[in-house]
Amino acid sequence: MSGIPLTWYLIVAAALFAIGLYGVLARRNAVAILMAVELMLNAVNINLIAFWRYLTPDRPIGLAWALFVFTVAAAEAAVGLALVISIYRQRDSVIAEEMDILKY
Amino acid sequence: MTAQQIIFIVISAATIVSALIVVTNRNLFHAALALMASFLGVAGLYVLLDAGFFAAAQLLIYIGAISILVIFAIMLTRRLMSASEPSFNSQWVMGLVASVLVFGLFLYVIIQAWGGAVAQTFPVLQAPMEAPGIADSIRALGAALVDPNGYVLPFEVASVLLLGALIGAIVVAQPEKKS
Amino acid sequence: MDPIKLLESTLSLAPFEYLREVWVAAGMNPALAKVITDVIGVVILASFCLLIVLFLIWLERKVLARMQDRIGPNRVGGKFGLLQTLADALKLVSKEAITPAGADKIAFNLAPILMVMTALLMWAVIPFAPGVIGSDLNIGLFYILAVSSASVVCLLLAGWGSNNKYALLGAFRAVAQMVSYEVPMVLSLLVPLILARSMQMGEIIAAQTIPFLILAPISALIFFISALAETGRTPFDLLEAESEIIAGFHIEYGGMKWSMFMLAEFVGTLFMSALFTTVYLGGWRFFGVENVVLGNIQIGNLLAMLVFFLKTFAVFMVFIWIRGTLPRVRIDQLLDFNWKFLVPLTIVLTMMVVILDKVLELNGIAGWNRAIVHLISNVVLAFITLELLRRRGRQIREEMEGSRQAGPDDHHDADGHGHEADHGHGHELAHAAGD
Repeated sequence: MSGIPLTWYLIVAAALFAIGLYGVLARRNAVAILMAVELMLNAVNINLIAFWRYLTPDRPIGLAWALFVFTVAAAEAAVGLALVISIYRQRDSVIAEEMDILKY
Repeated sequence: MTAQQIIFIVISAATIVSALIVVTNRNLFHAALALMASFLGVAGLYVLLDAGFFAAAQLLIYIGAISILVIFAIMLTRRLMSASEPSFNSQWVMGLVASVLVFGLFLYVIIQAWGGAVAQTFPVLQAPMEAPGIADSIRALGAALVDPNGYVLPFEVASVLLLGALIGAIVVAQPEKKS
Repeated sequence: MDPIKLLESTLSLAPFEYLREVWVAAGMNPALAKVITDVIGVVILASFCLLIVLFLIWLERKVLARMQDRIGPNRVGGKFGLLQTLADALKLVSKEAITPAGADKIAFNLAPILMVMTALLMWAVIPFAPGVIGSDLNIGLFYILAVSSASVVCLLLAGWGSNNKYALLGAFRAVAQMVSYEVPMVLSLLVPLILARSMQMGEIIAAQTIPFLILAPISALIFFISALAETGRTPFDLLEAESEIIAGFHIEYGGMKWSMFMLAEFVGTLFMSALFTTVYLGGWRFFGVENVVLGNIQIGNLLAMLVFFLKTFAVFMVFIWIRGTLPRVRIDQLLDFNWKFLVPLTIVLTMMVVILDKVLELNGIAGWNRAIVHLISNVVLAFITLELLRRRGRQIREEMEGSRQAGPDDHHDADGHGHEADHGHGHELAHAAGD
């Protein structure tokens, strides 16, 4: 056989997830952190659709869940960015470390 | 190596390189551009997986909507991110180690569970099989989403979530009234 | 290879099938032959789309000039100025390619290229004649929406990359406009999609034994309005609004880079005309013209293509006509019109069509009966909408008139004397007095 093995997709998705994780852990800017989260969600979606194509192509299980991930990603982006802008208005900062008023 | 494999390698290399730019570039606007390139690469992977609908949805939602939101957010908050500030926090080394470890763990699990001997015994893991359902998968998906035995509950929850997010985003981002 | 057969197959618009047959018979790998013919097809389609713009610009200038009682281009290329655009294009190409200092080089130079690319990519799913289609994707209509939404990104790139506040303002306006009008556009395209039970362009045309313009006139009208806004043409040309923000997002562009934006705009407008033709006017269908056979040449395909282009250019002429007639709207009017009128109307319309079409299908009503029921329901909806608008308009007018009558009296009470000039502003004055 000369097609693409399933493991290739899984490895690409794992790499994308790890890169996103690094972005979430290391970035200071809240918008950059949100971008990294989007990367991680994309990695999950690759896995869902790859498993659908290879293991259950006749039932749309993976597709349905990929669709819900899309929905959640859209909602997360809208609310997350609105929060960032709101915090920026209040605190004049988008640095995640400086969003610490809940501590006091 | 077949043409399909070469295309896969090119697309996934582009996706991963642009993802790396997203998390490392100091210029946030360029990071957002790289994010778009990465989304486009993922859409390419969906096409290779015979999920054309999802490739188009990826284009519509991630590039047409989410990236634009991200760029808007960057533009509205750019004043403070001058180039002199560090763009990584103090724990970036630990973060790097953690993500490399996570990647290593994933790699180990993937090879153990799906690669090597397992892949040899199940030919379905070596290459996607021809399935009659592929051409009609969108119709099946649409039917499953409104089927009481399928996904009608998550579907409704997702629509409520979207409505909540819509209202929430408007309320949160609304400037405070002066009076 | 037999040249006569090649000519015959070309006249039947199927030269690639013939070429592939010949090449495969000569021992070429079928997959390779497919790739080669596909590449030739892409090159032909893309060059056609780019070259037709030369003609479109000339057409628009000439027709607009006639509408405004002028002559229009008449010097270059004979009496009708046919080569005017070519001369303009040569001038633009010969200009220096400038990247302003302080601009974001990547974004600035990427934007025009991506803009043209998205404008051309959409043509891949338009059926020009039976079998003459780039790729009959099963998600054709959705693909178009996806690609056109990606073009918004290019505007943002151009606006940000120029590092110019007018460019940025223009880009913000453009994005607000295009993202808003995408909503009624998607919803109105849902109607023909439901009527055809498919997103595939070939099937949408096959379903139009009766053009969808008759079944869904309101949807067609809304699609046309949002297409005007999406392509940024008058009366929605706020993105460039020369008199307000100079030229909008492409203010810093010149020469070839600028002309790429113009190119994309015209290709996009022609595309919207072609899409309107395909989705509402039945595409290449015209009383079975595609079945005409002359000898052993399937000449009907060529005629069908001719029909398609006639319809497309007729729609394009309406675009020009509107540009020559209507003034530009304000940004708040534009967004109000979209969110408070078009979006609610399209949601009601879509729900009505979904329920009605399902009921008709269950009762086995098809063909002209179905079309008439849909037409009547559309007329009723249009009537109700107009009645609501009229009532609202009357309400506003009565409020205005009521306050105008009350206005001067209040005014007298407030400061003892009124001016004749105040009558026109009675409404505002009444509020001021009330405060």
